[in-house]
Amino acid sequence: MTDWIDIGALEDIPVRGARLLRTSAGCVAVFRTTGDEVFALDDRCPHKGGPLSEGIVHGASVTCPLHNWVFSLETGVALGEDEGAVATYQTRVEAGRILIDARRLHSAKAA
Amino acid sequence: MMTGAPPQKLVVIGAGMASGRALEELFERAPGAYDVTLFGAEPRGNYNRIMLSPVLSGEKTYDEIITHDADWYAEHGVDCRFGEAVTGINRERKVVVSANGETPYDKLIIATGSAPFIIPVPGKDLPGVMAYRDLDDTNAMIEAAETPGAKAVVIGGGLLGLEAAAGLKARGMDVTVLHLMDHLMERQLDPAAGYLLKKELEGRGINVRLNASTKAILGEEKVDAVLLEDGGVIEADIVVMAVGIRPETRLATDAGLAVGRGVHVDDQMRTSDAEIFAVGECVEHSETVYGLVAPLYEMAKVLAQTLAGETAAYQGSTTSTKLKVTGVDLFSAGDFAEAEDREEIVLRDAAQGVYKRLVLQDNKIIGAVMYGDTADGGWFFGELKEGADISEMRDTLIFGPAFAGGSPLDPMAAVAALPDEAEICGCNGVCKGQITEAITGGATDLGAVRAATKASSSCGTCTGLVEQLLAVTLGDDYEAPAAQPVCGCTDLTHEDVRRLIKSRELKSLAAVMQECGWATSCGCHICRPALNFYLLADWPDDYRDDPQSRFVNERNHANIQKDGTYSVVPRMWGGITSAAELRAVADAADKYNVPTVKVTGGQRIDLLGVQKADLPAIWADLNAAGLVSGHAYAKGLRTVKTCVGTDHCRFGTQDSTGLGVKIERRMWGSWTPHKVKMAVSGCPRNCAEATCKDVGVICVDSGYEISVGGAAGMDLKETEALGKATTEEEAIEIIVAFVQLYRENAKYLDRPYKWIAKTGLDWVKARVTDDLENRKALVARFDHSQTIYQTDPWAERAAPERARAFHPLADLTLEAAE
Repeated sequence: MTDWIDIGALEDIPVRGARLLRTSAGCVAVFRTTGDEVFALDDRCPHKGGPLSEGIVHGASVTCPLHNWVFSLETGVALGEDEGAVATYQTRVEAGRILIDARRLHSAKAA
Repeated sequence: MMTGAPPQKLVVIGAGMASGRALEELFERAPGAYDVTLFGAEPRGNYNRIMLSPVLSGEKTYDEIITHDADWYAEHGVDCRFGEAVTGINRERKVVVSANGETPYDKLIIATGSAPFIIPVPGKDLPGVMAYRDLDDTNAMIEAAETPGAKAVVIGGGLLGLEAAAGLKARGMDVTVLHLMDHLMERQLDPAAGYLLKKELEGRGINVRLNASTKAILGEEKVDAVLLEDGGVIEADIVVMAVGIRPETRLATDAGLAVGRGVHVDDQMRTSDAEIFAVGECVEHSETVYGLVAPLYEMAKVLAQTLAGETAAYQGSTTSTKLKVTGVDLFSAGDFAEAEDREEIVLRDAAQGVYKRLVLQDNKIIGAVMYGDTADGGWFFGELKEGADISEMRDTLIFGPAFAGGSPLDPMAAVAALPDEAEICGCNGVCKGQITEAITGGATDLGAVRAATKASSSCGTCTGLVEQLLAVTLGDDYEAPAAQPVCGCTDLTHEDVRRLIKSRELKSLAAVMQECGWATSCGCHICRPALNFYLLADWPDDYRDDPQSRFVNERNHANIQKDGTYSVVPRMWGGITSAAELRAVADAADKYNVPTVKVTGGQRIDLLGVQKADLPAIWADLNAAGLVSGHAYAKGLRTVKTCVGTDHCRFGTQDSTGLGVKIERRMWGSWTPHKVKMAVSGCPRNCAEATCKDVGVICVDSGYEISVGGAAGMDLKETEALGKATTEEEAIEIIVAFVQLYRENAKYLDRPYKWIAKTGLDWVKARVTDDLENRKALVARFDHSQTIYQTDPWAERAAPERARAFHPLADLTLEAAE
């Protein structure tokens, strides 16, 4: 039961970078890794609300630009000493386009 | 042990090195046994007084010599009464009296130290006459040295006086030492070593007058000069009295305790009152008074043991001396006066300025004096204290331990040959056996050895010996002090990586990570920004800057604020702006609803609270008025602050504004290991505050004084002179060369002052000011890099196709609204 919607082209996101997806319930950071994998996470670090989309991407993790918390892009869980997690959203890439599961997006945001 | 019993009240008078060490030892041995109240005459806690000389010379800061900070006192529940003088002791009622009333004690420690001896000559009370005893004295001297061309006279050519003289000279003062005797440091040195020392000091520009007796200090409202017995007059802005110290015994005398030259104590450090103890320089033990740190620490340990209920006895100390003047190697121990029943062995090397002399009696070393090469001092001192019979190795004795055993002249072998009783750390009285025991007990690096034994933790001169001991004891298991690796992705240090990038011509992130065996696929947030900088600094032609390896501010060319908005700071060259520019800034502030407009410390204007999506548009508007990025977010050239110079100021000596603008125009857009701030002041009044910048220029009538390595952030540090230029062009060349040297060599995130502290200013000078060819090459490499990197990042990103990256990828809120 998914509701895939097209949010843009893969090449719109720099490799090891992120772009923002604005939703009615807040911003989602959409990341692209070295291997062209795409991940979507809430753009708010649970620590002090830092914009994860502005962090440095390394491997399948991102470092929050404010205080260097590191999150797994796959699970949204903080790595290392820090404790916390951000919501993740399912994405896939088809023919160079990025699709995100909008149903999941809406329900998670509503919860 | 007294644990379990309710704590007793322990009052300590005097917060110096002796009482500090005693408390440290006591808290370790009997935690919780005492409630401690600590009185100190100085308004601060305990610091390493023997390190005041490096503070005076500028090689250390006060913070670096603090031994106990507020946290330490709090942790041990010490009631600190700093700045509160104790005026009396009432032994009947067991209280001490101070300004704030009475404090009762069960046990009392007198640790009042010593007072400098002030020679009773006319003028001794004039302002400008000072002692050299505590931090306030040191600061007073540093302040006096700030006046260019100021003159200092130091009375006393002993240990303290010479350290003061060297420090004041290092601060740029004109220094004269007056010494009563016919050679310097006569208590520690023989005439030959005294001569070499005098020659060395004179070589540094310090005037030394021997057989000089002070008759009076001249001056009306302050010191003007010193008058000698022989009629000579020496001009002086300050006079430092360093002729000796005497134990401070007034409180003990008033309380009716037994006092001779110092407060009498027995082998347990107890005074004539069983509940009162004394320790340190105020003490007289077996008719001896001590003024060096090692004996004080030995006393402190015995006192702590006694208070903890253990059995211990102080049996006097044999002392050795080192002069803490950088570049002067001098060692002396024991008795080296000539006498009929004594023999001596002397080694001289005129070319090297080396002099060694051993004094022997009954086949034992009883005195040692060394100058120029003191590496074997510790070993000789060990043999001396032990009273070892040296007849077997007499022929080679002077060559030290390496030869004594016939083994090769190798420092490791020398350390290995030392007996367990050999003293390694003179300050803390730690011998080789204790250190090797600590090492075999698991202390496998310098920090751990320090924590376990205190060896090398005071003056630090034995650090090398301790490291050699680690190597000898651990053998192959010892890893030479592993410098910090860059991050968890590699074992290499920043220095290693920079070297490899150059030597193996690694020109991409991937090449570095592959060739250097990175443990991760694409690095992390710590190494990537560093590598990105190293690559673009070393290979401007081949490497392309990677925005994804930059922190958010440098990637977005604006400073992110805590609410996710950004600040925008256009460049104002040398702090100069115009009505048109100000109008453009005001219009932009209106148009983009900028909530805060602030004037920065770097003489420009900060627009705070701009939305990310608005950045390209506000940049375009500012560009249209001729304004470019101020790089206020960059590890790169920030501002060149200026004063108005000769254009308007009646004191200005040169066109400081014009020079500042030229420097900024030449260097803007360059990336550096950390941010670089500069300033140009038009005269020594220094209105542009140039002497706390990374690079500062002070204009004088004859040209431009360039100094570097200042700091006014987490650390506060004055710049140090790099060189002097006679023309603007020369000044700019020196500055450009300096910055390029910094770009090519410093560790990422080291400001220039930190980098200079590691390489040494002399190393920098040799390349930037002394070697003209090298200077030109540095300048050429900088200018070449600028042909690639001196572009306005705002203009590049204001173009529509790149501006899109500042907007969201998609906006689902519009969809939801349908």
